[in-house]
Amino acid sequence: MSPDTFELFRYFIIFIILLFIAGVYCVLVSFNLMRALIGLEILIKAVTLLIILAGYICDRVALAQAIVLTLIVIEIVIMVVAGGVVLWAYKYNKTIDPRRLSNLRG
Amino acid sequence: MTIRLVHSVVGLALTSAILAVIMYRLNSPLAAVFELSVCSGLISVIFITTVSFTQRISKERFIVRRRERLLRFLYLPFIIIIVGLLLVRYLKIPQFSLPCLAQVTDVRLVLWNMRHLDLLGQAIIIIAGVFGVVVFFKEPNK
Repeated sequence: MSPDTFELFRYFIIFIILLFIAGVYCVLVSFNLMRALIGLEILIKAVTLLIILAGYICDRVALAQAIVLTLIVIEIVIMVVAGGVVLWAYKYNKTIDPRRLSNLRG
Repeated sequence: MTIRLVHSVVGLALTSAILAVIMYRLNSPLAAVFELSVCSGLISVIFITTVSFTQRISKERFIVRRRERLLRFLYLPFIIIIVGLLLVRYLKIPQFSLPCLAQVTDVRLVLWNMRHLDLLGQAIIIIAGVFGVVVFFKEPNK
């Protein structure tokens, strides 16, 4: 790996770590299911960028793109189903604040 | 994370668009196109549709919640700046060499010839997603 590529790799890794921290913080701190989903999206974006970067560094861009396509399909299905869960929660509880969703509390 | 949910969704779409540009610069045009069309477009539509089904809260509750949310998210920029500075200063990644393996440069060949199981998994996940949507949006029997 050339020094330039290595430096690029280092800065991208820092950016990915920061993106990951922002996503985790958003998921942990939000008291709104939609914002938690947006935090989850940010987490997935960090992972996507990491896979693409790994493919670029290892010179296996095609394999990385194939994996990212699979990841995007999984992501969209997760978001659609999670959106359905949020709508269902709102329909029956009239709120999307997870602190007030106590129907399943034992 | 802004005050209004729609602003947050638009911010997420912009993040996806920036990520697509980065992907394009990293020699991954197909993934960039998917990211831009699916993640930036379709997921934003899903989120905005979900938000549009909910009702706006009263002005008094909005003011209280906005203050609470600002307090909760106040720490995030400081954490990002401090961790970023620490990483720039102290993160050392050891030099590594990569094994020389046979490479396939065409995404279509990789996807259709090498990753059969991925395609099967994608099909199963899409079917599961369709069933999930049908179950969640089904009207209860009266």
